[in-house]
Amino acid sequence: MAYRANVLICGGTGCVSGGSFAVKKALETEIEKRGLKNEIMVIATGCQGFCGEGPIVIVQPDGVLYCKVNVNDVPQLVEEHLLKGRPYKKKLYTSPVEKAPIPALKEIPFFAKQRLVVLRNRGLIDPEKIEDYIAVDGFAALAKCLTEMTPESIINEIKKSGLRGRGGGGFPTGIKWESCRKAAIHRNVEPVVICNADEGDPGAFMDRSTIECDPCAIIEGMTIGARAIGAKQGFVYIRQEYPLARERLAKALEQARSYGLLGDNILGTDFSFDIKIVQGAGAFVCGESTALMASLEGKVGEPRAKYIHTVEYGYENRPSCLNNVETWANVPPIILRGAEWFTSMGTGDVSENPWGGSKGTKVFSLAGNVNNTGLIEVPMGITLREIIFDIGGGIAKGKKFKAVQTGGPSGGFLPESCIDLPVDFDSLLEAGTMMGSGGMVVADEDTCMVDSAKFFVSFLMEESCGKCTPCREGLRSMYNILDAITKGKGKEEDIETLQEIGEVMMDCCLCALGSSAPNPVISTIRYFKDEYLEHIRNKKCPGKVCKAMIIYKINSELCNGCHACTKVCPSDAIIGKQKELHRIDVQKCIKCGACIDVCPQEAIYKE
Amino acid sequence: MEKKKLTVSELKNIRQEFQEHLTVRAGVARARVIIHMGTCGIAAGAREILNAALKALEESQSKDVIVTTSSCAGLCSSEPMATVEIQHEPPVKYINLTEEKIRKIFKEHVLGGKIVKEYALATGSETTA
Repeated sequence: MAYRANVLICGGTGCVSGGSFAVKKALETEIEKRGLKNEIMVIATGCQGFCGEGPIVIVQPDGVLYCKVNVNDVPQLVEEHLLKGRPYKKKLYTSPVEKAPIPALKEIPFFAKQRLVVLRNRGLIDPEKIEDYIAVDGFAALAKCLTEMTPESIINEIKKSGLRGRGGGGFPTGIKWESCRKAAIHRNVEPVVICNADEGDPGAFMDRSTIECDPCAIIEGMTIGARAIGAKQGFVYIRQEYPLARERLAKALEQARSYGLLGDNILGTDFSFDIKIVQGAGAFVCGESTALMASLEGKVGEPRAKYIHTVEYGYENRPSCLNNVETWANVPPIILRGAEWFTSMGTGDVSENPWGGSKGTKVFSLAGNVNNTGLIEVPMGITLREIIFDIGGGIAKGKKFKAVQTGGPSGGFLPESCIDLPVDFDSLLEAGTMMGSGGMVVADEDTCMVDSAKFFVSFLMEESCGKCTPCREGLRSMYNILDAITKGKGKEEDIETLQEIGEVMMDCCLCALGSSAPNPVISTIRYFKDEYLEHIRNKKCPGKVCKAMIIYKINSELCNGCHACTKVCPSDAIIGKQKELHRIDVQKCIKCGACIDVCPQEAIYKE
Repeated sequence: MEKKKLTVSELKNIRQEFQEHLTVRAGVARARVIIHMGTCGIAAGAREILNAALKALEESQSKDVIVTTSSCAGLCSSEPMATVEIQHEPPVKYINLTEEKIRKIFKEHVLGGKIVKEYALATGSETTA
């Protein structure tokens, strides 16, 4: 029987005379009363050497030390620490030099709501030392797969876990592996496994960080996948812009080879497998499976129609199993701890149908106008509110929340009314956006939704490979319309035209990047139509972003004539003598906003 | 460096051996200073922090302190970050570091045993599932 926590009570002479046996008895009674008897063990120890502060109670594995504990403290100590998981402050040990204790990581909202599976080793191990990874149970899952499991049982475990592709689409990983294995056996062709590390969404950096913090986890996940599918060869397709991630991965590969964890006869078995790193030039479209495989073959990175799946005919027409970095990194812990552990986190029920829910955790890169930007890992089903306001610490500079963008250019914007939406594959899809690979950009009240949609459309327009007409021409047309709206030249019927183009693209584009490309536009029209109409009818930009619709002004009551703005104005548009009221020449003003940034009086505003 | 090809049981031996290196409890070291060096950390100046910590280590001539590197600690907006682990104490995370701050942390916390409160974010480890 494993216990969740041990409560150590000092049974040394000093503490016993202070009443530690009575405390022990009270602890046992209280723990039993709270129904924690099977989770927590109370142990009397020898002298802890801290007799002056006795009776001493230590809670492990938290390593929290309580001093001068008496019987009356016990109910609260049990409730606070063992039930609610926070220290019982009244008797918490504070060293004499350190009167006010600094908070524990678990008390800080940014860390408190995170659950680390993929990033479990972040900040703990040295990613450039494979021995560190081995020390934290690294390659134990691989050893289990090679000695205790058959390829079929590995696939079965992954299927049972309900793991779905973390690259965006959310396809059940186990089913993908199974189809690939079957295709390889059926066609009698050796399959390949591929890791998609071509992260290209603006504002997304999950895969980069995952590789940087734990490259060996990807290697182990891929090797397990290769064993399950029957592959001997693997590729990591990583973008050229990620030098540190690539370097760490290359080091990890080399170290794994030197230990025989890659190469021939891995861990002394008859299984052989190796991985090669292939650099992409950073084209967004190469994150798409068929384009990625074309690029791997040295051809132009363009998608093809997918009536034949890549699990059957992929790289070099071989059965190819492509998974995202995060998906691969999830594999070792699932094998080691079992599908049941994995399904204990997340939403829905995957026992019958792998599409029935979203299990496990998801890594997000939290960016935009939030106080705490960073890399987070949360259980599936957490609400957007918890992510943005608890973990993200709310909107920066005390501004109001306006929208959150998930899924990158293929995703959409969600307004405040969706803030209590649980974050999982299906809820997001229903709301008109998608999980995507995990970029999450928060927008405050000073954001213009039309301009934001235009940003993503212009990104996609640049990145569209141009192979199919709906994507190439659809994006260009959308961009032209959005550009006109932001310049005050929009027409009432533009909104309908945008929606129509969007529908055609969703139906007709060759690849998923094209068919999801209208999402930023469609979702902003769905949730922020007022803002479009405000631009079109009243020629006003509510977020005060679109330059054609705003002018800069100086508040005459606040301006003290300090000249700070005149020095930075690149177009000499600010007139006024020192210590006298300044004004802005709207003819000359290019609306760059440099003056707002430097004004110590905050006297300059947009209208 | 060609090493012997591992077997499953040898893998377990390596695990046990290096688990001791990963903890400050086993007597390998009394304290461990971890500089968080993901792309975000390095961009914010973690390399200089690492150099300053190594220099402080050299100057102190301590034999029982390890300065090592790890990855992004998650809170990219507060980089550069470092974690200080002293034997028998929960790890302490420091944020928004400068070379001067890490020197002070090294002197007062690592060598002196006193947490530099004004630079510290929190103590303890993250929750793994």
